[in-house]
Amino acid sequence: MDAALASAAEIAAAVSGGRVSACTVVEATLKRIGARDPMVNAFTDVTAERARHRAEDTDRRVARGQDAGPLAGVPFAVKNLIDIAGLPTRAGSKINRERAPASRDGALVRRLEAAGAILVGGLNMGEYAYDFTGENVHDGPSRNPHALDHMSGGSSGGSGAAVAAGLVPLALGSDTNGSIRVPSAFCGVFGLKPTFGRLSRAGSFPFVPSFDHLGPFARSVADLALAYDAMQGPDPDDPWATDRTPAFTSRTIADGVSGLRIAAADGYFARGGHPEVFQAVALAAAQLGADRRIEIPEAARARAAAYVVTASEGAALHLDRLRTRAADFDPAVRDRLIAGTMIPAAWVMKAQRFRRWYRDRVLALFEEVDVILAPATPCRAPRIGQKTIVLDGLETPARPNIGLFTQPISFIGLPVAVVPVWPDEGLPLGVQVIAAPWREDLALRVAHHLERTGVARAPVAAMEA
Amino acid sequence: MAETVVTGTMPPRPDGEAEAAAAVVDAMAPALGLSVDPAWRGEVIAHWLATARAARLVLAFPLEDELEPAPVFRA
Repeated sequence: MDAALASAAEIAAAVSGGRVSACTVVEATLKRIGARDPMVNAFTDVTAERARHRAEDTDRRVARGQDAGPLAGVPFAVKNLIDIAGLPTRAGSKINRERAPASRDGALVRRLEAAGAILVGGLNMGEYAYDFTGENVHDGPSRNPHALDHMSGGSSGGSGAAVAAGLVPLALGSDTNGSIRVPSAFCGVFGLKPTFGRLSRAGSFPFVPSFDHLGPFARSVADLALAYDAMQGPDPDDPWATDRTPAFTSRTIADGVSGLRIAAADGYFARGGHPEVFQAVALAAAQLGADRRIEIPEAARARAAAYVVTASEGAALHLDRLRTRAADFDPAVRDRLIAGTMIPAAWVMKAQRFRRWYRDRVLALFEEVDVILAPATPCRAPRIGQKTIVLDGLETPARPNIGLFTQPISFIGLPVAVVPVWPDEGLPLGVQVIAAPWREDLALRVAHHLERTGVARAPVAAMEA
Repeated sequence: MAETVVTGTMPPRPDGEAEAAAAVVDAMAPALGLSVDPAWRGEVIAHWLATARAARLVLAFPLEDELEPAPVFRA
């Protein structure tokens, strides 16, 4: 086993079985981060000493014959809006790094470590998560490991880049309008945005509380499920965390897709993107025998409503900072936030009322189908700094439009697994595997089938500069 | 740079939309205690306009008065 490149499942089995020490895994990981991260700029903090201490603890547990957990010795890193004890939670900003260091780890860090995983650092992200590019004016852009001059995708760009570069087998990110799904697609890794409320957000810096989610990135569906299972459970510190019984998925991901009713999203989700985007969805649908197409009603309006709520709720959070520290924001984020403070409440309330209508209609679709496939992004990863993309023959701004296909889904909190598909020799694309609320298990089963049959894969990038 | 693409049938743009957006930004900034540097003003106005266009699509959709807001999604 190459301790720096193995999957989370392989590492956990080897460490628990005493075949490899957690210290060996952590040293190999830190060495690889030291050698490769300068190319991709995924990490903003490396918590080497903490990781070493934790690895020593894990090895002592194994030596004593104790259970070291389902993620024993698995290195992971988190988007830097998730609290890491002892570090200021910068959330991609310059302003927040003046905050007092976090006194405690975020809830999901605590849960992964309780399962045996080992935190190795914090990851680069777009400022305050208002981003689809992975660019950051303060820390520099995280880079796409499969093409270093291309975007990693945002806002969890460092998370996608760290996993695709083989720096860690597991990372956490957040997704409000697409920020797990876009970097998963651009960087060619698996990502899971669970149902709204499924995973605790306690100890993370918010963006749009109406639809902020946290979730994992990995290079296999089995690893995604392992991490997801370890993070489930109620949390009184997050008022929207569900008190449902956790629904563990690791044992069911290989159950296959027989009997599942799967359709590809039509209409809005079948236009407005580059041809290869729809080719990727068609490849997945063909492998699944899904010839049915289904229309998600009023998806364009849902995207518009998500846009309005995001602009307003996101901006309201930063009003004081915009008053006193405007020059310290990333200009690309600041100007959007200032405009967002000036949006009439009547628009936002209408968008929230429309959300109820839209939710009811989309939930009704899940009486007919179990899983819906849709593209993750309208194009492959653009070049870093690229300002526009051509969609439907029209040159349009890249920044807001990369999330065209992800926004209408997170708007109503549906669970989505993103699978990386490589329709040709070019950069990867993502397919959203969308399920009904609380049915992450079905999204992961479909994702696993696509992985097992070779349609979806997440290779470690060669990274030849 | 801020104009959003919203596919689907867009309601017609009202006359004087851009001028109205500029007036809103210029009036709201002091009311909110914000100072908008002249170098940023154009982008701020463009972003407000982009949101106005998205909002127009939402506002054009008829909803029953009794339909409650869904401030947070619960399945």
